[in-house]
Amino acid sequence: MAILIFKIALILILFLISLGVAAYATYGERKVAAFMQDRIGPDRAGPFGLLQPIADGTKMFMKEEIIPNVSDKLLFILGPCIFMVTSLMTSAVIPWGTAMEFGGVKYAMQVADINIGILYVFGVVSLGVYGIMIGGWASNNKFALLGAVRASSQMISYELAMGMSLIAVIMMSGSLSLTDIVTSQGDGKLWGFIPVSGLNWNIFYQPMGFIIFLICAFAECNRTPFDLPECDTELIGGFHTEYSSMKLGLYLFAEYINMFISGAIISCLYFGGYNFPGLTYLSTVLNPNIVALLSFGALFAKAIFFVFFFMWIRWTIPRFRYDQLMKLGWQILLPLSIINVLLTGGVLTIFNK
Amino acid sequence: MIQLTSRSKVVVDKKMSFKEKLYLPAIAKGMAITFMHMFKKAATLRYPEVKREFAPVYRGMHVLKRDEEGRENCTACGLCAVACPAEAITIDGAERQKGEEKLYREEKYAAKYEINMLRCIFCGLCEEACPKDAIYLTDRIVESSYTRNSFVFGKDLLVEKMDDRIDISKRKKEYHID
Repeated sequence: MAILIFKIALILILFLISLGVAAYATYGERKVAAFMQDRIGPDRAGPFGLLQPIADGTKMFMKEEIIPNVSDKLLFILGPCIFMVTSLMTSAVIPWGTAMEFGGVKYAMQVADINIGILYVFGVVSLGVYGIMIGGWASNNKFALLGAVRASSQMISYELAMGMSLIAVIMMSGSLSLTDIVTSQGDGKLWGFIPVSGLNWNIFYQPMGFIIFLICAFAECNRTPFDLPECDTELIGGFHTEYSSMKLGLYLFAEYINMFISGAIISCLYFGGYNFPGLTYLSTVLNPNIVALLSFGALFAKAIFFVFFFMWIRWTIPRFRYDQLMKLGWQILLPLSIINVLLTGGVLTIFNK
Repeated sequence: MIQLTSRSKVVVDKKMSFKEKLYLPAIAKGMAITFMHMFKKAATLRYPEVKREFAPVYRGMHVLKRDEEGRENCTACGLCAVACPAEAITIDGAERQKGEEKLYREEKYAAKYEINMLRCIFCGLCEEACPKDAIYLTDRIVESSYTRNSFVFGKDLLVEKMDDRIDISKRKKEYHID
């Protein structure tokens, strides 16, 4: 019973955090964009414009809701729902921190520790593309359809390379469970001879895999330079051209949630998840609950850094052309990731007895 | 071929080296540039609180000047209306009556002086045409409004108030050497 209450509380907190982060990511995006372009950005609503997300949200809710006559009404509404739900679902398997302790019982800071956690993430993420596809198709608009088609082909192309780069990580940890992947990146000997505490991160073993995964994460999140599904200049918004009011808001929100979650997943896979230097020492001296919160803070900070990184890239690199996108995915990233898998396998067989 | 400018670059379609083909160094360079920009001073002014200074030759809303004693300079000669390419100016002249010497400088004055700000193109020809130093364009902005009629500015808006004189010395220096 206690575990049920804990899990429900955790789900609620994660839900709120995801939404809050998404809301403030829109604000952050505009601020980062402004700073990188020598501007100020939103600064009218509240101090430093901190209430801007609330104003934006209110605007979204207040706007007139338009459903085109020619659209398929059910699918039109279903599209943003699927997109939002799938982006929120992914956070379920991420280990957000070390175990908490109430009354001598340990509670893992993870909604569901399933042994195929990372496969679950992939499954849900690839469901997310249905949100885009259905929305774009149901709009009955050629730009929306083009965006949807682009989104689906892009997702399929990049999921391959993403999965292949991930296999190398799985080979190293020997498990599909995100908990195992994260715990294997705690203490240990870096490259087999440098003793480190909480810094035995996969990035030091898999730099190429990380870059491939990162690029694919950009493509999966439909972020610049891979924002072809919704490129404003060519497709006037792509799959969400016909959307208005909060349905558009859901699409935009879900995109930021996706960014946050993929930041968390990248951190879990390559940057040690909730591990940080000194975690083992702290857990011997401090209250486990405080340690859990600290470790959560570490993962949160890493995820937020990646959200910033996504924005940073967006305001640096222009959009790919469609053929360049396909060429990069199929001819460069996929072979590279296969080579990465082979190399990892070779190194593992030589050095691991 | 003659080089028209020293800044032109000859485009070479050479094959990229392996390092260039990787793109990652170039991307890192680009990201360093955008990151450095985060610490630069923003070019934006927080507008209603901070206003950017206008150029001395800025041509904004007109003013009908008074002289030192507070008498209107305008003598309703109509040269401004004739010069106006947009035909925005309407003048009705009237003769100065006894006892009005404090109000108008010359024997004739403009009983009605209207500028349709929607027609006006702010070219400044009225100012150049004026022989009496009466009309000037200033660095004030014509404020927006919801009705078209409110853009026809009469003397109440155009003639400067004695307690709130409009400084046009900068503009005089640029254009009118008298």
